[in-house]
Amino acid sequence: MIYREAGQFKTSYASDQAIFPIAQDRAVVLLALAAAFVGPPLLASEYWLQAILIPLLIYSLAAIGLNLLTGYAGQLSLGTGGFMAVGAYAAFKLTTAFPQVSIVLVFLLSGLVAAGVGLVFGIPSLRIKGFYLAVATLASQFFLVWLFNKVAWFSNYASSGTITAPDRAVLGVTVTGPSATASARYLTALALVTVFALVAKNLVRGRVGRSWMAIRDRDIAAEIIGVRPLRTKLLAFGISSFYCGVAGAELVFLYLGSAETQAFDIGLSFLILFMVIIGGRGSILGSVLGAVFIVLVPIFLTNAPHALGLRLPVALQKQIELMVFGGLIVFFLIVEPRGLARLWQITKEKLRLWPFPH
Amino acid sequence: MSQPAPARPLLEVDGVSVRFGALVAVNRVSLAIAPGEILAIIGPNGAGKTTLLNAISGFYHPYEGRIAFDSTDRTMLSPPDVAALGIARTFQNVALFKGMTVLDNIMTGRLLKMRGNFLLEALYWGPARRQELEHRAFVERIIDFLEIQAIRKTPAGRLPYGLQKRVELARALAAEPKLLLLDEPMAGMNVEEKEDMCRFVLDTNQEFGTTIALIEHDMGVVMDISDRVVVLDYGRKIADGAPEHIRKDQAVLDAYLGVAHD
Repeated sequence: MIYREAGQFKTSYASDQAIFPIAQDRAVVLLALAAAFVGPPLLASEYWLQAILIPLLIYSLAAIGLNLLTGYAGQLSLGTGGFMAVGAYAAFKLTTAFPQVSIVLVFLLSGLVAAGVGLVFGIPSLRIKGFYLAVATLASQFFLVWLFNKVAWFSNYASSGTITAPDRAVLGVTVTGPSATASARYLTALALVTVFALVAKNLVRGRVGRSWMAIRDRDIAAEIIGVRPLRTKLLAFGISSFYCGVAGAELVFLYLGSAETQAFDIGLSFLILFMVIIGGRGSILGSVLGAVFIVLVPIFLTNAPHALGLRLPVALQKQIELMVFGGLIVFFLIVEPRGLARLWQITKEKLRLWPFPH
Repeated sequence: MSQPAPARPLLEVDGVSVRFGALVAVNRVSLAIAPGEILAIIGPNGAGKTTLLNAISGFYHPYEGRIAFDSTDRTMLSPPDVAALGIARTFQNVALFKGMTVLDNIMTGRLLKMRGNFLLEALYWGPARRQELEHRAFVERIIDFLEIQAIRKTPAGRLPYGLQKRVELARALAAEPKLLLLDEPMAGMNVEEKEDMCRFVLDTNQEFGTTIALIEHDMGVVMDISDRVVVLDYGRKIADGAPEHIRKDQAVLDAYLGVAHD
C-alpha cells in the first residue's frame, strides 16, 4: 500500500486532532512499537541491548526533556547533565532510604526532585534570553556536579564517592542492579520512554505546548494574549528537568549500574543538546531520531571498514571515524537546519504526491 | 451608529502622559471610547498613536493620568492582566507565532478561556480533551468568519503578508474581546486586501458588538468606517469628533499639511 490519505475523511474535530490523523502513520507507529517491545529481547544479543539499545532509550528520554525546554519553549539550556545528576542521586538516596518502595515510583519521585531544582535554576530565564541564558544554565551544571562531589551524604559516605544501583524488582522481575537481565532493563527503559513520549506529545499539542511555542516565537504577542512569561517558562524548566531527572536515574540504575559525578559532566549536556539540534528542535520524534543518530552512527562507522574488507591501522581508523561523523553532522545541518524530523516530514509530503513532483 | 457617546464609556483615558526620559511621547491625552463604537486614532508619524495603544494594553505604564476600563481603574496592569479584562490587540508589524500553524495561532488566542488541569492535559483525557474540542469548534467559527479555511494547517510564517494580518485579527478575535485595538490593520495592503479588511472590521463590530479602536493612515478608510476620529500630533490630542468634522478642522489640516511660521 502506498502512502496516501485519499479517502480518509475527517468527520469530527476529534479525529482531526488525533496524534496520528493519517491511518498509515498510525499503523507504522503501532507496528514499530510492538516490534520494539517484542523483537530485541528475543533477538538482540546481550551486547546490543546493554551497549546500544538501553543508552539509546535513556538518551532519547533526556533529549525529549531538553526538546520541551529548548525546542518548544525556546529556552536554551546547558544544564541537562546537572539535572540528570539530580535525578540519579535522588533515586539513589530514595531507594537506599526506602528499599521497599517500587523502583518505578522512585524514578518518578527523583524526576520531581529534579523538577524542583530545575524550577530554581529557571528563574533567570525571566530576564535573560538565548546564549546568555545558556551561560546562566551552565551554573547549574557546574554547581550541581560540584555539590554531589563535595557532600558525601549524597553518596551515603561511600569512600569512592560512587553510587551503585541496588537490586530492585518490578512485578517480581528484577529490573535494576547487578542481577537484572539486560532484557528486563531494556523493557523498563522502553516502557518509560513510550509513556513519557506520549505525555510530552499530549502536552505540546494542547494548551501548555501552545503557550510554550507562543513564548518562543513572539514573547510580546504571547503576553498580550494572556500568557504569563515567568509561569510559562518555569513550567517548561520544571517539566524538562523532570524528564532529565528520570533519564539520569535510569542512566545509573538501568545502564551504568554504578557511577560517579563524571558521568554527568558538561559533555553529557552537550551530547543531549546535539541530539536535539540534529534531530529537530520542536519535535518529539526528532528527539528520538537525534539520539539514534548520535548513538548508532559512530558504531556503524566503526564497523564499516571491516565490513567493506578494508584493513586500516586502528589509530587511523579512529581518526577517520571522527572526521566522517563530524562531516555527517555538518552535512545534515546544511541539508536541513531544522533537523532529521523535518527531513522525515518533507519525505512524507513528497510521498503523498508521488509519482508527481508537485 | 454615530450617536453621541453614552454616559458610561467602555474605556476612559484621562490625562495620560508617557515619557521616555526627557521625551514626552504622549502628553496629557484624554479620550473615551463608547461601547460598540469604532474609533479611529490618526496623526502624523511620531504623533504617539502606538505609544498610546501600548499604554492602554499595559506595555508602558503612564507617567501621569489614569486609564479605566469598564469603570474600574487599570492604569498599572501588566499585559496578561489587561488581556484578562477583555482587551485584545494586533500589532503594526505582524506579530504572529511563525512556527505554529494558523489553527494553533488562533487556538492560542483562546488561552484565557481555557482552564488548566495539568494531569488531565498530560493524558489528553476527559475534560481536557473535551475542552480542546470545544475550543476547536469555536476557532473554526472564526476561521469561517474571516474566510481562512484553506490555510488552517499552514505554518503562519509561510503566509503572504495580507493573510498574516488577517490571521492576527483572527487570533485577537478568538479571545472574544470587549475592546479590540488594531494598530494599522491595513498598512502595506493593496486595494482589494484593504477592502476585505474593512469589511471584516465592520462585520466584527456589527456581529459580535466588539468595540474597536484602530490606528490608520489611509484617510479614505478612516472616513468610511469610523464613527469617531481622534487626532494626535506631537503627543497631544488636537481634535476629536465625527469624521466629517475632522475633515474640515483647521488644526488637523495644519498638522498634516504644515503651517507657515512667520
